[in-house]
Amino acid sequence: MTETTSPTPTAGAPAGIDPRGPRFGAALTAILLAVVVLLGTSTAAFVLLGVAVLLFAVGTVRGSQGTLQGAVFRRWVRPRLSAPAELEDPRPPRFAQGVGLGVTAVGLLLGVLGVAAAVPVSAAVALVAAFLNAAFDLCLGCELYLLLQRLRPGRTSTASTASTR
Amino acid sequence: MTSLLTTTGGRAVLLVVLLGIVSAAWWFRAQRSGTVRASRSVRPARNSAPPADQLLLDAVRAAGATIGRRATFVQLSSEVCTPCRRTAAVLSRLVDDAPGVAHVELDAAQHPELVRTLRVLRTPTVIVLDGAGLERGRSSGAMTPTQAVAALDVVPEVEAQRPARSETRRA
Repeated sequence: MTETTSPTPTAGAPAGIDPRGPRFGAALTAILLAVVVLLGTSTAAFVLLGVAVLLFAVGTVRGSQGTLQGAVFRRWVRPRLSAPAELEDPRPPRFAQGVGLGVTAVGLLLGVLGVAAAVPVSAAVALVAAFLNAAFDLCLGCELYLLLQRLRPGRTSTASTASTR
Repeated sequence: MTSLLTTTGGRAVLLVVLLGIVSAAWWFRAQRSGTVRASRSVRPARNSAPPADQLLLDAVRAAGATIGRRATFVQLSSEVCTPCRRTAAVLSRLVDDAPGVAHVELDAAQHPELVRTLRVLRTPTVIVLDGAGLERGRSSGAMTPTQAVAALDVVPEVEAQRPARSETRRA
C-alpha cells in the first residue's frame, strides 16, 4: 500500500505569498528593535517600541503582506528580484506577527507602568525572533506554537475561541 | 559591569553577543533537524500496543488512512509551520518510490491528546512506525529527502520481521 493522506493543514491553504517578503520585513523589524535596545530606557526607545507594537498589530490583523514592510518589499525590492521558486502559506508569518505583538505590547505596557527596563528587554526578545527569521528563515513563534497552545487551558472547542472575539 | 547596560556602547556589545549566541544555538539545532533517531524503547508487540501507539493508530485510522506494510511516516503538522509543507512534499515523494511505505499527515491542533501523550513539542514531528504500527523512531524539524530515505533504516525489513505474520494486526 502506497499512499499519502493529508487532510489538514497543508491542504486547503490560502493563496501563497512570496516567502522573501516576510523575511525582508523581519529584517526591517529587527533593525527597528535593535535601535530600541540601543536607546535603552530613554523616551525615544519607548516611542519606537510603540511604533513596533503598531507595526506588529497591523501584521497580526492583515498578515505579513499587508504591513508597511510588506508594502516596501513590493514597491522597491520585489521588482529587482526574480520570480520566487515557491510560494508560502501566509498563516505562519501572520502568527509570528501576533507573537511579536504580544511580546512588545507587554514591554510597552510595563514601560507605561514604570518598569523602564521592560522596554529594551522586550525589544531584545522580539529582536531575537525577528533576527532568526531574517537571517535563517526560522519562525521562532511558529516553533513555539505547540507550547503556546498548551498554555491556553480550557480550550475545548472552537465555540470557546469564537466567544472571546 | 553596569556600564554594559547603561551606555549605548555597552548595550551594543550585549546585542552582538546575544545575536552571536542565538546564531550558534540555531546552528547546533539545525544539525539535528530532520534526522530520525531510533526510539529508545522499542516495545515488543505482545498483546496490545502501548497506549501511546494505540492512540496514534486510532488517529491514523480516523484520518481515513491505513498503515504501510513496511513503514508509516506519521507527520504531525500545524498550520503555522512552513517546514511542514516541505517535509510533507519530501515524504509524499518517498512514498511514491518505496513500496509498502505510507505517509499520514495529522494536524497537531486537532489532536491535543496525542500531542501531549507523545510529548510532541514542535512541528513537524515525524514518527516512524513499523509494519505492526509500533513507533520505531522519530524526528523533529524539516526533513530532507536523504534523511527520509535514511529513516527507513530504523524499521526492520519485512523479511527480517518475525515469521508470525498472522499476529500482525492489520487495519
